[in-house]
Amino acid sequence: MSRALSFSWRASASDRRLLPEGRFAGPMPWVIAIMMFLTALAMAAGLGLGRAADGLGRDLAGKVTIQILEASRRKRDAQAEAVTSALKGLAGVESIDRLDDKRINALLAPWLGGDGLGAEELPIPALIDVTLSSSANDDISAVEAVVQSEAPGARVDRHARWLAPLAGLIGSLQWLSLLLVGLMASATAAAVVLAARAALNTHRATIDVMHLMGATDVQVARLFQRRIALDALFGGLVGMVMAVAVMLALGSRLDAIGSELLGAVGLGFRGWLLILALPLAGGVLATLAARITVIRTLRTML
Amino acid sequence: MSSIVQFENVGLRYGTGAETLSDVSFSLARGAFYFLTGPSGAGKTSLLRLLYLAQRPSRGLIRLFGEDAVTLPRRRLPALRRRIGVVFQDFRLVPHLSAFDNIALPLRIGGMEDKDLQAPVNEMLAWVGLGDRASARPATLSGGEQQRVAIARAVIGRPDLLVADEPTGNVDPDMAARLLHLFDGLNKLGTTIVVATHDVHLLSRIQNANMMRLDRGRLSDPTGQLRHPPGLRETGP
Repeated sequence: MSRALSFSWRASASDRRLLPEGRFAGPMPWVIAIMMFLTALAMAAGLGLGRAADGLGRDLAGKVTIQILEASRRKRDAQAEAVTSALKGLAGVESIDRLDDKRINALLAPWLGGDGLGAEELPIPALIDVTLSSSANDDISAVEAVVQSEAPGARVDRHARWLAPLAGLIGSLQWLSLLLVGLMASATAAAVVLAARAALNTHRATIDVMHLMGATDVQVARLFQRRIALDALFGGLVGMVMAVAVMLALGSRLDAIGSELLGAVGLGFRGWLLILALPLAGGVLATLAARITVIRTLRTML
Repeated sequence: MSSIVQFENVGLRYGTGAETLSDVSFSLARGAFYFLTGPSGAGKTSLLRLLYLAQRPSRGLIRLFGEDAVTLPRRRLPALRRRIGVVFQDFRLVPHLSAFDNIALPLRIGGMEDKDLQAPVNEMLAWVGLGDRASARPATLSGGEQQRVAIARAVIGRPDLLVADEPTGNVDPDMAARLLHLFDGLNKLGTTIVVATHDVHLLSRIQNANMMRLDRGRLSDPTGQLRHPPGLRETGP
């Protein structure tokens, strides 16, 4: 099959010489490098927050803490026993864990000191952690009914409710990062369009001669799209290397903080795969943008 | 002899100015040799631009190789253009390509593999006396050498129609004779040739050549019949 000035990644030397400007010349590769850097960071933030939100959701889903606020220790213990027994027979309850004094003291230690006042000296509420099955975790009315019957005045706190505002914030940040990725992609495409138009103007005389010799628009476009794709790939890889370096540095900082919430912010295998595929996606985007721009411009010529 | 080009009442106007070409009608016979003469500004280059499909007319009918070149969809123009060789007055060599690559360009556009280019391009380079300048870029070639590269580029694809705008304007008389001999040889192989020139000495060098004369945008023969130079036998249609 004839090559007909064909575009391929192994284009002949004379194909490449038709557009003599050196590769990676001009600002476009560097503009794309900056775009890719920012896109990769925005995407990493979105994916990382998504994973954190998923992790939080898994940890908190179906978790309920019952606080029995009875001042009398004897009555409080009795009510806790009654609630625990009643919950054991309730459908959808996976586990029940009453916190003993030692664990309650450990929880209070940051505020009251390790050897100061504790659960024995103060009327600290009895705490019962309940885990509901996934089918029951949306409806805790049965748990609330049992608790109210066995320990009137006790509180039932659903963990997910405490973190609902945080989950909302994470969701908003995810959408924001998605929007940023979209904007960066649009800006990258716009930069490619401008570069392609500039290249067309620069090489107008060569294109005219090629046309008059019978070159098709596609043959001409291939010469441009190949060069622009290589520029975009180069810029994309540079931006990606910079972004990965920043991500790794941030990751080590997050690990050093030791927070469970921040520690859950990670990319995972699929996330890294998506991020690392960005330069390729950028190359494809640049190729398409260049091809469409060049062919549209050529169609205005005879 | 069948015609490969037909112009009927062709007019060409740039913008809103006066017509550069008016009511031009003629036909070119397959395998014939034509000179196009006329004073500067007569419209020779405009007529050639219509012939090599760089321009569509403002009015009239043009048929090229049996196709209606006025209404032919743009996507079908490349196939017609590959059948036409053009020697531009200003050469239009690609400045960053070597002489070899400039001459090879039509073949590459036509789909020839790199490995098959060497023999025909080198042969053509030798034929125009530039065998030792294959790797030279246009800027390092003299005007005459550039013109020879432009001619070699136009004829290497053995076009059905060769259109040359002042092809001997920058070469010495000997080289002009050689180039005309080249055109004549190509013509004998069946290529229809149209040479626009001011050089009246050229007109007598090609036996059986026909002549068209343009004056102020009109063919001087109002009937549209091609005219032959004095002293030459008319062989046109």
